[in-house]
Amino acid sequence: MFPADLKYTKDHEWLKPAADGTALVGITSYAQDALGDVVFVDLPEVGATFGQGEEFGTVESVKTVSELNLPAAGEVLEVNETLADHPEAVNEDPFGRGWMVKIKLTGDLAGLLDAPAYEARVSAESH
Amino acid sequence: MSELMKTPLNAAHRALNAKMVDFGGWDMPVQYPAGIIAEHEAVRTRAGLFDVSHMGEIRVKGPGALALVEHLTPNAVSQLVLGQIHYTAFLYENGTFVDDLLVYREGEEEFLLVVNAGNSDKDFAWVQQHAGGYDCTMVNESPATGQIALQGPLALGILQPLTQTPLAPIGYYHYTHGEVAGIKCLISRTGYTGEDGFELYCAAGDTEAVWNAVMAAGTPQGLLPAGLGCRNTLRLECKMALYGHEIDDTIQALEAGLGWIVKLDKGAFIGREALLAAKAAPFARKLVGFKTLEKRDIARDHMAVVQDGQPIGFVTSAAPSPTCGINLGLAYVPTALAKVGGRIQIDIRGRAVPAEIIPTPFYKRLK
Repeated sequence: MFPADLKYTKDHEWLKPAADGTALVGITSYAQDALGDVVFVDLPEVGATFGQGEEFGTVESVKTVSELNLPAAGEVLEVNETLADHPEAVNEDPFGRGWMVKIKLTGDLAGLLDAPAYEARVSAESH
Repeated sequence: MSELMKTPLNAAHRALNAKMVDFGGWDMPVQYPAGIIAEHEAVRTRAGLFDVSHMGEIRVKGPGALALVEHLTPNAVSQLVLGQIHYTAFLYENGTFVDDLLVYREGEEEFLLVVNAGNSDKDFAWVQQHAGGYDCTMVNESPATGQIALQGPLALGILQPLTQTPLAPIGYYHYTHGEVAGIKCLISRTGYTGEDGFELYCAAGDTEAVWNAVMAAGTPQGLLPAGLGCRNTLRLECKMALYGHEIDDTIQALEAGLGWIVKLDKGAFIGREALLAAKAAPFARKLVGFKTLEKRDIARDHMAVVQDGQPIGFVTSAAPSPTCGINLGLAYVPTALAKVGGRIQIDIRGRAVPAEIIPTPFYKRLK
């Protein structure tokens, strides 16, 4: 149920590494379901740099707000501008159109979970 | 942790794939798969069906019932006619809230008090504690009673085919006894959403049958099951108080803007002396409605209102408003600042964010 080509954090972000040293980052289907209807995604400026696990933004739903933590150290190359007018993309397509930032990786992917490990963690959390 | 309490509709919610949460010790649906925004919009434009079986019911009956309920609440109980309901409260001697509630006049000597789920045991004990000298019985009917709320502009049209009781003549805050889908119900024209609608009380064991009949009748017209998530955004838009937020045991009835339920000239009741004193002096704080000015600035319950970095008040409830499309909230602020058009600042995770005081209710339906 979770895409095998992504890496995951225990806080429910995903990271999709590309061959050129960049990566896309978003939140998982489990995270969007827990949040409910997303109404705003607060994203950083292009050029901002963050360490692994650092807060790079917030996602607001009708009922709550959640921090976004970067799964790996990196510099922000691009933010998903379409979320400004269509935050619901995070609910509708969390692993696709709902991506949040594109980063240039400046560190490694240590500590991230693969899909089976993340799935095991999620099923433990929801029981 | 102790086991969560369940309403008679627990299995029905799970069958509908509701997301369940712990709400004051009750296992309740916060939303169904449609989501809070869709459920909110269904109630504003069509209809939504809520399980409110967790609410508490206390029946007071006997020659002393009227005098007891007058003693316990600030609103004028003697003014209620048979089949009429009013909104009121249990107050402490200092004028703060034990709870808010509805009083139904069931007879000359009989009243049904409908209280909040989380306060139900405290409320029943409060009634018993003050009943000495009043010739009446008190029964906590909560476990035996189910309740569902059908809310929205299509509510009457959905419900009417299920009952012989003519619904249109039932006025707002009035009720009658009848049958819905062949099941005995108290049919009450009340709600907590700001829309027209009905609350149906029945025997706990009949609740699922009533729920299923209303769902079947309403689904073709766009009725959605609706959870506590949209119940909160709907009531917030209408500035309806929620215990633990706008009202609690630290807030006086008058500063909460609930002077209209306080009838100081009706005679003695618990809290009257404190409210008389409060009325004679200016209030230190008032409940106001506000909107933040930027889309990204979404205030939340319990955030601080700040001035020069110091807390001067607090947000009671706040959320993005599905109907109004802006970020709304209610807050207690010093009376000097409580003017429509005035600016306040909310501490949102360490940022002092500007907000404007705006008129309430934020939403009012066209009648």
